Amino acid sequence: MADDHGDTAGSTAAGKDVEQHGAPAHSAGTAVVATDEVPNPGFPPHRPRVTDLDPKVDKQQERRVSTMFLLSIVGSVLAVVAYFVFPIEPGNMQSVRNNTLFLGLGITLGLLGIGIGAVHWSKALMQGHDLVEQRHGTRGSEETRAKAVEVFTLGNKDSGFGRRTLLRRSLIGALVVTPLPAIVLFRDLAPADNPVTLLKHTFWEEGMRLTRDPSGTPIKASDLTIGSAFQVIPEGLNDSEHRIEEKAKASVLLVRLKPEDLEVSEGREDWNYDGIVAYSKICTHVGCPVALYEQQTHHLLCPCHQSQFDIKREAAVIFGPAKRPLPQLPITVDSEGYLIAKSDFTEPIGPSFWERKL
Amino acid sequence: MTTTPAQDVQPKTRGQRFTGAAANYIDERTSISGLVKEVGRKIFPDHWSFMLGEVALYSFIVILLSGTFLTFFFEASMVEVHYEGSYAPLKGIEMSAAMASTLDISFDIRGGLLMRQIHHWAALLFVASIGLHMLRVYFTGAFRKPREINWFIGFVLFVLAMAEGFTGYSLPDDLLSGNGLRIIDGMVKGIPVIGTWISYLLFGGEFPGVDIVSRLYILHIMLLPAIIIAAIGIHMLLLVINKHTQFAGPGRTNDNVVGSPVMPGFAAKAGGFFFIIFGVITLIASTFSINPVWVYGPYDPSPVSAGTQPDWYIGFADGALRLVPPGWETEWFGFTWSFNIIAPLVILGLFIAIVAFYPFIEAWITGDKREHHIADRPRNAPTRTAIGAAGVTFYAVLWAAASSDLLATHFKLSIEGVIHSCQALLIFGPIIAYFITKRVCLGLQKKDREIALHGYESGRIVRLPHGEYIEVHEQLDDYELWKLVSYEDYKPLMVRPDAQGRITVGQRFRASVSRWFFEDRIAPVSQKEIEQSKDEHH
Repeated sequence: MADDHGDTAGSTAAGKDVEQHGAPAHSAGTAVVATDEVPNPGFPPHRPRVTDLDPKVDKQQERRVSTMFLLSIVGSVLAVVAYFVFPIEPGNMQSVRNNTLFLGLGITLGLLGIGIGAVHWSKALMQGHDLVEQRHGTRGSEETRAKAVEVFTLGNKDSGFGRRTLLRRSLIGALVVTPLPAIVLFRDLAPADNPVTLLKHTFWEEGMRLTRDPSGTPIKASDLTIGSAFQVIPEGLNDSEHRIEEKAKASVLLVRLKPEDLEVSEGREDWNYDGIVAYSKICTHVGCPVALYEQQTHHLLCPCHQSQFDIKREAAVIFGPAKRPLPQLPITVDSEGYLIAKSDFTEPIGPSFWERKL
Repeated sequence: MTTTPAQDVQPKTRGQRFTGAAANYIDERTSISGLVKEVGRKIFPDHWSFMLGEVALYSFIVILLSGTFLTFFFEASMVEVHYEGSYAPLKGIEMSAAMASTLDISFDIRGGLLMRQIHHWAALLFVASIGLHMLRVYFTGAFRKPREINWFIGFVLFVLAMAEGFTGYSLPDDLLSGNGLRIIDGMVKGIPVIGTWISYLLFGGEFPGVDIVSRLYILHIMLLPAIIIAAIGIHMLLLVINKHTQFAGPGRTNDNVVGSPVMPGFAAKAGGFFFIIFGVITLIASTFSINPVWVYGPYDPSPVSAGTQPDWYIGFADGALRLVPPGWETEWFGFTWSFNIIAPLVILGLFIAIVAFYPFIEAWITGDKREHHIADRPRNAPTRTAIGAAGVTFYAVLWAAASSDLLATHFKLSIEGVIHSCQALLIFGPIIAYFITKRVCLGLQKKDREIALHGYESGRIVRLPHGEYIEVHEQLDDYELWKLVSYEDYKPLMVRPDAQGRITVGQRFRASVSRWFFEDRIAPVSQKEIEQSKDEHH
């Protein structure tokens, strides 16, 4: 156990192994074993603290520590008082702030009083000089290790674990197979459907009106001026059973540009209506909403990972980690002039997944 | 066993008699005196950097206490409710029960907001202190034999702490945490072969579903804490078995531990320190707001605000996603390969794997099988310290990249410029840091050597009779000298043929790694050199 400044004669420096119980010496590897090292000078003389020398200071420090403990009591009491004196009044933010602040400050004083007091007690008044304890190798003594080996040998002999190979192998086989049910048990974490099929469809279908997010009021083509943008959800989404899941796939951004500014690719000529285009709002990188529309450049920016899409060029990626353009929703107008979808998206929206192209 | 009552000269007071009887009662039923004898006067060395692990431990206790309070009020359910609590701006809004109960904790339960903020601040401190603790252990080589396993357990704790943080962050089901989950969903979906199904099963259907909060909740309050507590238990047990490392100092050797005993000095300091940590967290929590979910509103897949940030410790992963160059996705054999997801996952995986296994790698290079209980000064292991600096730089660049948009807006830079700079820094930063650090370490070692041999500059200029001016150098005393000369020294491995006269590829590889590690070395000053230099000076 701990001695007071034990003898350090024959001490070992950093580059020596610790004493082992009769174990073979450990290899030092590529370490240079010094033969001519500077000797360890041993402990420096102990310097007493002022509290060790002057009983008056000692008494003074004692009072200081107990003052901290008394302050702690005051703090804890103040916290209880604050709990009642600063109640939360419904709708009043200031009352919430006061409750948090004064309750918290009371508890803080209660805790810091004990903490600072105890640490100061330890540093100023408790026995101040270092004690020494010897280390021994972590490895068990040779005797203990021999006993441990014997335990296993006896266990092996009694059970025949090493000898009875059929028994051993069938047991290992059984143990390997037992967790299998656990794997299938997790299948019903999700419903029976195939996620790949689900991911390929959204709420949109032919003739469905484009409506404002979140109110759900339909949008006329004439409501959009050039350069304006609308957050759009499909008609009836707010009343659907899986509102949030559907919204996570069906959110659309509607923008009107000058028709001549749009670069329309082959096959998509009738997907816009007089310069009004609708794109999925779900980023093709990891699925954040691409919510920031820059009116002057017609660029869309994803605030999560800064992928940028160019609306003029069918939402092609112009910067950032996303690879694919935002999928376009083909739109037109109905007889009353409201914008409607011509169909669902023609490709899966949102982040890529393994079976996306299947 | 029979016990003979001690021959008491003085009669005992009532208090003493009670304590004695109680101790006897417990010992006769638990044999606890053995434990007290074993650990009661155990010696703990003292150094400020040894407190970092304590900060982690104590902030974890604060997390447990405040978290238990929160579970009494939190409702881990995604059932849609209309908020009817006292926060006026959100009244009548549809949100999940999880979000509504979070608002109730904040606005209708006295001390609830304080507890939420204590919990969140303590969590941030928990991860931060584990990180700093790991850096301390790394840079002082305190992971060497016999502590490699404890390093690994500590690493597991670091990962678990981040997992706890992320699951907890996701529970209130507010706009910010919902977007965080959306990003997780997108990343999981990008994993080849199994991604789509893992995401589907995790969320209990299509994102976001109605199950994820309750599932994360059970991980957050039961499974992960149970594993963390078990891992901390093993971590502490191994600490007691291995005893703490200490820095080189006069009288300190690889064979002893010098410091204060558990009872009473260390216990008072450590116990008091717990209260200080708790107090400081409470002070921060009562004066600084954190995660004001009512400002973000309930989760909705459509809106998101600019400048979204994860909690700090997730930043490095988010930054890795941001730094992928455009176009890293392709289709092979009809399947989609999202390298913009796979690459960050693989790179981060490799990075943390190196962290986890570093002690075993270094042990293989040195081949040193001895126990090491004297902590290195970082300068005395230049290559290790340089590798550490490179790792820190790599992490820091990823972390900064997670704020690329904020860097751009605050410093009026273009977002493209910030991203491209971070991409360049991610590759060149660690290399530059490696070389600078290594040179600085070697320089400091040379300086130590110089001071050990020739003393330090006293600032006293003397004019010699023949007119020459010299500065008088003062010799160090033996105690100061010892700190400068007592450290480990390794040589590069020499490849030698084995018994069959062959040199294996493995040997060659180890020799080249060893050369890289130890080629530039400054040997510690020997006694002979000291004496020689004394002769020169006199």
